[in-house]
Amino acid sequence: MDFLRLFGREDVSSKDIAKERLRLILVHDRANVSPQFLEMIKSQIINIISDYVDIEEEGLEIKLTRMKKNEDATVPALVANIPIKRIKHVARA
Amino acid sequence: MGQVIVITSGKGGVGKTTTTANIGTGLALLKHRKVVMIDADIGLRNLDVVMGLENRIVYDLVDVVQGVCRLKQALIRDKRFENLYLLPAAQTKDKTAVSPEQMKNLCGQLKEEFDYVLVDCPAGIEQGFKNAIAGADRAIIVTTPEVSAVRDADRVIGLLEAAGFEEPQLIINRIRPDMVKRGDMMDIDDIIDILAIDLLGVIPEDERIVISTNRGEPAVADESSKAGQAYRNVTLRLEGENVPLMSLDVEPTLMERIKMLFGLRAKK
Ligand SMILES: Nc1ncnc2c1ncn2[C@@H]1O[C@H](COP(=O)(O)OP(=O)(O)OP(=O)(O)O)[C@@H](O)[C@H]1O
Ligand SMILES: [Mg+2]
Repeated sequence: MDFLRLFGREDVSSKDIAKERLRLILVHDRANVSPQFLEMIKSQIINIISDYVDIEEEGLEIKLTRMKKNEDATVPALVANIPIKRIKHVARA
Repeated sequence: MGQVIVITSGKGGVGKTTTTANIGTGLALLKHRKVVMIDADIGLRNLDVVMGLENRIVYDLVDVVQGVCRLKQALIRDKRFENLYLLPAAQTKDKTAVSPEQMKNLCGQLKEEFDYVLVDCPAGIEQGFKNAIAGADRAIIVTTPEVSAVRDADRVIGLLEAAGFEEPQLIINRIRPDMVKRGDMMDIDDIIDILAIDLLGVIPEDERIVISTNRGEPAVADESSKAGQAYRNVTLRLEGENVPLMSLDVEPTLMERIKMLFGLRAKK
């Protein structure tokens, strides 16, 4: 086993890790989003799309993060990972 | 008519009191400005100790707002620096002993007579913070190059903007050039990039700060202190002078110097 791995990303400088963590923390702080708010979005998304697809609810993941807009700018982004079990007939019609 | 500047941070222990003492002393010493520093950290007063004026306190901020004494009676004149005054905090009361309205009045009165009124804000964003910013015209935010301090600075910037402050300015304290060079400390650009605010100055980590605090003599008056030099630069910038950031280059280590001597390139 790679011993260094235990401590995570040893090859990345700690200041870059600090910077990246800080960026993410501030996205949340600034947007003032609570976990309840994310839960709310999550259940509404499930509601809407389950008319069309069967989804794996346990695997559903939704988070607020940052996305690269271009070379040197990033923007906040709402990212949802929705595993699909089956596409319903209505959707194919 | 003078201006009221609040020195604040959100997170505790990042250098608000040190900064207030050094800027206040710097303005009086280098620019002969008439300066009063208010310790707004009621219950945990410190500015008197950092300034070495703790034995001269008779009345305090709470006495003034409660009408126990006149404002003039509570002001301590610093005999070492002409035109420098301190209004100490009360030690035995708590933050609710003063209201934002009262602080606003007090600051208003003081700036009639002083060029600068500097308010040393307590840590946090509760009542003490609200009191400290109530009478201020502008704000200086102090942070250190750490995730938690920068996060709190961001929160405070948001609160200040909501309270109508335009363009608060940032001081980054306790930078360690050796750690920045190794990639183990966030650099000035990283922090400015994240907080997106104006930089007023960068103060290096310096043991002379500890020594000067032991003595009760602000480092800004210490010729040999790097932090003192950085605070002198901040003082001049506050006065509108265009002073470049001082170089915080790390001295090459002994090993690097030996290598250079033998024509080997020092390892980066
Ligand atoms: N540039 C520096 N180099 C070394 N030590 C420093 C530096 N700046 C501040 N310190 C030390 O850090 C400690 C905290 O500083 P200070 O009291 O100014 O912080 P503060 O923000 O006012 O704290 P509080 O939130 O408790 O009011 C002090 O012991 C001080 O001497
Ligand atoms: Mg303090």
